[in-house]
Amino acid sequence: MIRDVQRFLNNLSTFLLLHLALGKWPAFHELTGMSQSHIDVRYVANLARLELTDEEVAEFQPQLEAILSYVETLSQLDVSEIDAAAHSVPVFGRMRDDTPHESLTVDAVLQNAPDQAQGQIRVPKVVADA
Amino acid sequence: MTLTALRQQLTAGETTPASLLEDLASQIIARDGQTGAYLSYNLEVALAEAAQADLSLPLGGIPIAIKDNINVLGQPCTCGSKFLENYIAPYDATVIRKLRAAGAIPFGRANQDEFAMGSSTENSALGSTRNPRDPSRVAGGSSGGSAAAVADGTAIAALGSDTGGSIRQPASHCGVVGLKPSYGRVSRYGLVAFASSLDQIGPLTQTVEDAARILQVIAGFDPADSTSLDVPVPDYLAKLHDGVKGLKLGIPKEYFGEGIDAGVLKNVEAAIQALAAKGAEIVEISLPHTEYAVATYYVIAPAEASSNLSRFDGVRYGHRAANPADILDLYQKSREQGFGPEVKRRIILGTYVLSSGYYDAYYSRAQKVRTLIRQDFETAFQKVDAILSPVAPSPARKIGAQGADPLQEYLSDIFTIAANLAGIPGISVPCGTVLSAEGTELPVGLQILAPHMGEQKMLQIAQAVCNDRRMADAE
Repeated sequence: MIRDVQRFLNNLSTFLLLHLALGKWPAFHELTGMSQSHIDVRYVANLARLELTDEEVAEFQPQLEAILSYVETLSQLDVSEIDAAAHSVPVFGRMRDDTPHESLTVDAVLQNAPDQAQGQIRVPKVVADA
Repeated sequence: MTLTALRQQLTAGETTPASLLEDLASQIIARDGQTGAYLSYNLEVALAEAAQADLSLPLGGIPIAIKDNINVLGQPCTCGSKFLENYIAPYDATVIRKLRAAGAIPFGRANQDEFAMGSSTENSALGSTRNPRDPSRVAGGSSGGSAAAVADGTAIAALGSDTGGSIRQPASHCGVVGLKPSYGRVSRYGLVAFASSLDQIGPLTQTVEDAARILQVIAGFDPADSTSLDVPVPDYLAKLHDGVKGLKLGIPKEYFGEGIDAGVLKNVEAAIQALAAKGAEIVEISLPHTEYAVATYYVIAPAEASSNLSRFDGVRYGHRAANPADILDLYQKSREQGFGPEVKRRIILGTYVLSSGYYDAYYSRAQKVRTLIRQDFETAFQKVDAILSPVAPSPARKIGAQGADPLQEYLSDIFTIAANLAGIPGISVPCGTVLSAEGTELPVGLQILAPHMGEQKMLQIAQAVCNDRRMADAE
């Protein structure tokens, strides 16, 4: 319990400092639980081009809140002096030689296409009628 | 029978690749209805390949089951998802090309959690896999089909993939050997990407020696995977029987805290004692950022997954929703219909932690904590040759016991996740069993973690664990 309170105060002060540095005042829900309540599942799903049912939104909302709340433990650590690791080991996009080589044939690629015409993949009209 | 033993029979002319395949197919017909390790197999194609098999090659004539997220030309590659239910792979993954070049025959598509997201193989949209040691329990996951097939005798060996423990944990639950290689050791070209900074392909086998033989073949640089490393591949069999005398083995105190099943702990501690008796020096070490590993992983892995899985949009391959109103509707409906709940959760979580305003607080911070976790291991490996721990806190749980809280399932990945974050190799070797309430023997695995590219010594230690086991069994 005491640890929770300490954590809350820690989160609170970090968050206030962050927001003051950014020159904006945090919303109440941000103060009370950091991210705990501010994931808008339907909004984020839309960003990810996922159309969810109402049942899915109702199911995912508490689950994702619980996960994000757990992830908040990372804010206990001071990482201000630490470099980010995009990879576990220093792996740098090693370029291959720029020489022509065989790739998949058009037929091989089209074999999995849901719809095709004239050797191409067909999709619904993208540009509206003039 | 082990891969190594079958190789001897094949070269001695005591059996043929075709009869091996026929045997496996009849085992699958007899038992896989119960286990559900396989999503599909094509005996005809495999027999045609068997007729051409060059038995002089290292894996000549050996059938190997393949997790259903690794492309094999002309075969399904569903990733356990409705989205790819009808997808046929148009090319061979590099590991498959290498297996074929070594004489092996890819045979059978092993079940998995959808897009490798899960620890039970219950998240497969195409049927769940049960543990051959106790069919009321899960096989583990996500490479549950690969582990279950090897444990059930319906595969001689298998390939799986490991992003947070997906080879080691099902190997532990099913009582087989499972090896996750170092990041960059094995090409991922042709593996359907889940989290690209974490994914590795590796073998699931009956013995440590079999795992070494397969790793020998699949390891090495591949120009088609820019993250594969151009580092020479050592002879993984050369030091296999050199024992552990004089080696320093670290026991991370953070891995032996509360929440571990007493039976698991007893078996793991007995295995450690046995290694000490063989001359290893056991050293207590600390990996101080262990408690942050799961949180770090469940930011980074979903972030990368949300990006990787954006390719599944219903345009070029996979599921396409019928009668979309426009192109946006096509994306949204195809993804809604094609993905299962765990995949959707992770895509949403990943999109969220990458979205404007939250990127620094979550993703960027997690990448920094990842550095701390990696440094923990670097510090530890200055003192010890390898690290020993449980693979999972408990033996295989009951099917359907996950409940509505995915976080609880994520927390059980605690001992395997850090190896992926740090890019180091890990292996699960059977070290005993726990008696369940129903009287079934549930396997327990010992995890051995080694420094980056330290597979040779890791296999050497793993072999010593198994030698002890064999002696114990004989007594």
